[in-house]
Amino acid sequence: MTRVANSLILGFVASLFISAAQAEPTATGDLGLVIERATGSLLLIDQSERASLARIEGLGDLSHASLVYSPDERFAYVFGRDGGLTKVDIVTRTIANRVIQAGNSIGGAISDDGRLVAVSNYEPGGVRIFDADTLEMVADIPTGSKTIGLVDAPGSRFVFTMWDTGETWIADMSGAEPAITKIPDMGENPYDALITGDGRTYITGLFGEDGMTALDLWEDDPQPIRVLPDYGRGQEDLPVYKMPHLEGWALAGREFVLPAVGQHEVLWVDADDLSETGRTQTYGQPVFAMARPDGREVWVNFAHPLNDTIQVLDTVSKEIVHEFKPGPAVLHMEFTPRGHEVWISVRDAGKIMIYDTQTYEKVGEIDAESPSGIFFTARAHKTGL
Amino acid sequence: MARLLLALLLAGGTAWADDSPNPDALRRLVHQDCGSCHGLTLKGGLGPDIRPQSLLHYDAEILAEVILDGIPGTAMPPWRPLITTAEAEWIANYLLQSETQ
Repeated sequence: MTRVANSLILGFVASLFISAAQAEPTATGDLGLVIERATGSLLLIDQSERASLARIEGLGDLSHASLVYSPDERFAYVFGRDGGLTKVDIVTRTIANRVIQAGNSIGGAISDDGRLVAVSNYEPGGVRIFDADTLEMVADIPTGSKTIGLVDAPGSRFVFTMWDTGETWIADMSGAEPAITKIPDMGENPYDALITGDGRTYITGLFGEDGMTALDLWEDDPQPIRVLPDYGRGQEDLPVYKMPHLEGWALAGREFVLPAVGQHEVLWVDADDLSETGRTQTYGQPVFAMARPDGREVWVNFAHPLNDTIQVLDTVSKEIVHEFKPGPAVLHMEFTPRGHEVWISVRDAGKIMIYDTQTYEKVGEIDAESPSGIFFTARAHKTGL
Repeated sequence: MARLLLALLLAGGTAWADDSPNPDALRRLVHQDCGSCHGLTLKGGLGPDIRPQSLLHYDAEILAEVILDGIPGTAMPPWRPLITTAEAEWIANYLLQSETQ
């Protein structure tokens, strides 16, 4: 055999190895996606490697974007501000499908069975529901209002709330047609909402009045329950330069931890009877108050112009036990599923920074273009995320 | 206040060293921070559309007042604690120009 033929055969064998390596199944359980808000791209990240694997481009306006995962952790449904709904395949690292479903959107949810994806819209105001396989619209629910706080609830239901009219609607999608239950008088200008991990309690934050409003979704006919009616009363509201997010709900032990609006504090609420159990003064107006998955600590970031800082609260003493400045414009935090690390997007540093949650030491960083939301695939198995 | 000022400087915020507005910092403020409510492209979110075609019937002077003092009873906060009058005027003029697109 000639030397040329030899090297040809070697080359052929080598290429077989390479294609075999590429054909390895991709396990997605420790992967995640980062929203790169200014460039309309996503960064695929690997939790174990503390690295980025790929950039997926062409998703439109991703300011204030969020996403949910399919139950098999293969597909992400990305909700863009421009009304774009994009289905991303994180195994092939490509866009599988994309539709522009409205003019101006604000988040979405996936049903408990993974069959339906719902999007919450400002313009035209309402919720649209899509087949998760094809992205064909299966229901259009106009609400006559900017619609916020859209979450999934057990029983193929979606729950959402109207900024302008103060109503919460429950859309039951288990039948052939959506069955809508309307709950008026939730309060003035609800700005966001959360659902607890058991799918029982839905809480809306109110901008237009003091307090919050809860619904017990285990009731046949849920009625608004006023929570913290005195919070903020008698205190002058501070200017709100960014609305808090309630989605990163924090159930720490037996208490919820909620960011206040117009006050530099977080509020502690008894999870059973929804009474106030304490307040902790914070560095600025909180944006996210996120419980570490074990519930022992709550990590809090803040609104502009104090958005360079994170404070860590101990949930037993309710005191601040650690404070640090990751860098300019800390927008989001995501814990690894069992909480050993927290990944933090620092928009104006162009970095994802990774911290050990036991030692608070920085253990890594990843370059990203104006990163905002960080979403690990483990969210696929959680109600309300 | 010292802490606030420091935070602003650290955040690459407005130029306090002299009186003239820093266009790069203010453009960033408009898109990133006004954008929290009005959208990164300013076409609206919880807050209204503030692109030039939507604001044409307002004078720059009125817009600067709204920026500085907010609109009581709405989610529009007063920015006076964070920016100067000259900066608010710069932003008002910036919003009225088509350059923002």
